[in-house]
Amino acid sequence: MTFDVVVEVTLRAGVADPQGSTIERSLPALGFTGMRDVRVGKSIRFSLDAADESVARAEVEDVCRRFLTNPVIEDASITVIGA
Amino acid sequence: MGSPVGIVRFPGSNCEFDVAESLGFLGAETVYLWHQDDEIGDVGAVVVPGGFAHGDYLRPGAIARFSPIMGAVSAFAAAGGPVVGICNGFQVLTEAGLLPGALQKNVGLKFRCESSVIRVETTNSPLTEQMTTGSLLNIPINHFEGNYTCSPEVLAELLTNDQVVFRYVDNPNGSVDDIAGVCSVGRNVVGLMPHPERACHPLLGSTDGVGLMRSLLAAAGWTDDPVSARPG
Repeated sequence: MTFDVVVEVTLRAGVADPQGSTIERSLPALGFTGMRDVRVGKSIRFSLDAADESVARAEVEDVCRRFLTNPVIEDASITVIGA
Repeated sequence: MGSPVGIVRFPGSNCEFDVAESLGFLGAETVYLWHQDDEIGDVGAVVVPGGFAHGDYLRPGAIARFSPIMGAVSAFAAAGGPVVGICNGFQVLTEAGLLPGALQKNVGLKFRCESSVIRVETTNSPLTEQMTTGSLLNIPINHFEGNYTCSPEVLAELLTNDQVVFRYVDNPNGSVDDIAGVCSVGRNVVGLMPHPERACHPLLGSTDGVGLMRSLLAAAGWTDDPVSARPG
């Protein structure tokens, strides 16, 4: 089976996010006054061939831990969708 | 006379010539180590220099750590060989797991390219063994992702084990506990964000890096006259 995978990498809770704070500080100047807790991350998308969804998910978790994130400062949120 | 100091080159490294120049000026031989080679040969020490290895894609050091040469560097480090990572080299060594913690974007999102004053916090490292604890050095910094961070548990271990090698006097980037450089538990691997190789000649505005480079050369086995006879 082929799966569509989206990995969203964000800084872990508690790790300062200077990009997020800079955006947040700029919001009131544009009139956006109700927005807070801005966090900036990146999304990584790819297709994956695997036997089933649990195998796919395990492989994505592995590549996140070993390559796509630095676990010292980053978390990954993983979405696996059957194509 | 010691063995040559190996200087790793990744696509995007840009401080390797400065490192070679500064060590050569002190009378040592250097050899470049290409990222795709899987052995480092007979070297007395390894320097992972600054730059933007593999474009800093994904994260600084994230791709460089998988280069064939890094396996040989890790083995050299595991055998007790002195390894120093400067700036991007520091980022590569943390990604490779040879040093604790991580470097993230500077507080304020500023690329800092300026002189910095750092304090030598321990002389028990290959980069500082000829220095004096507490001495202040004027060494330039040049980075966007130099904000050293680690968990509170790791920070406690760093302090307990005397692994903080340098601290900023005036923290330029938000690093936890003003940390500018750390060493491994085994002490032979050192990483720092400031560039000592750029502070090794009066024409560069500071010679405060000379003592660090001399310490490294001594650790690499360069104990003969050329090192001490050359002027700073």
